[in-house]
Amino acid sequence: MSTTPHVSSKLLLSDVTVGDEVPALDVDVSTTTIVLGALASRDWRPMHHDRTFAQERNGTRDIFMNAPHQATYFERYLTDWSGPHGRLGRMKFRILASVFPGDTMTFRGVVDGVSTDDAGCGWADLTVTLTVGDTTVSECSARIALPVDATDNPWDRHNEDWKP
Amino acid sequence: MTDRLDEALSLIDRAQYEEEGEFDVERGYVFTSLAAAENGNPLFWDDDVAQEITGGPVAPPSMISVWFRPHHWVPGRETSGLPLQVHFDLKEMLELPEAVMTGNEVVFGEPVRPGDRLSTRQFLRSVSDEKTTKLGTGRFWVIDVEYSNQREEFVARETWTGFGYRRQA
Repeated sequence: MSTTPHVSSKLLLSDVTVGDEVPALDVDVSTTTIVLGALASRDWRPMHHDRTFAQERNGTRDIFMNAPHQATYFERYLTDWSGPHGRLGRMKFRILASVFPGDTMTFRGVVDGVSTDDAGCGWADLTVTLTVGDTTVSECSARIALPVDATDNPWDRHNEDWKP
Repeated sequence: MTDRLDEALSLIDRAQYEEEGEFDVERGYVFTSLAAAENGNPLFWDDDVAQEITGGPVAPPSMISVWFRPHHWVPGRETSGLPLQVHFDLKEMLELPEAVMTGNEVVFGEPVRPGDRLSTRQFLRSVSDEKTTKLGTGRFWVIDVEYSNQREEFVARETWTGFGYRRQA
């Protein structure tokens, strides 16, 4: 189970400045976490549910979390912070190590950039780091659209007005 | 191996596996995915919020690849389908028995909604020289997967970096 931060109602671009830190999120990982995430992402590969396979074929100590499941955690972490008006435009992550049952994942984020594009869309660029203990497991960079004012809604943007 | 590498390199930037998803985008999987990550975003749980903000229910953007992962079993199909088929083709072509995904980048376009039927195509973008990591010796490759909806609107482009390898003896 994880500690769930408050889901903010509507974070505005003006509420955000470079260097802001996103509240950390801790998630305890069980075998169920990994298997549930693999099946939810329709990833049937055995290294995500079969310990013997993972040990013998992948050389890992146990089954490990699949990449699409990590992606859903990154999205959750970002939108816990932004609230539902936040709209993901781009997300990139690099896996450096595996997440195993018994690990506690910690997500930490920092705002690297705040900008408005020529279509008037507000953007926050963030770096999110996923660690287990002292080990960096994944590094994520994300670009999320935030309302520029109380009347703006990034989800209303289409075609030329949406340039992630 | 040179012939096999040349065969792999010849596929770079060619559209492969142009196909429609095997099923419509559906909320059951959305809820299962949300539960797996304990994602409480009301945009996905509260239809009134979804209606107000996005004009109706949408799927989490990070689920984009879910809608194309083949069923594990289908009557009459003799082998299990594999997601990201180009990745598995490269493993076989380059005789690299193991592989992991090491990176992923997604650019999101129009929201994906329950009931959408998405289409996709895959592009191999690059294959590296041979590298040795702590997993073993092999090659990195980059694959783009482009997604569109039934209205031919751009939905997403996903870029995967994979590493196919042989474990050290």
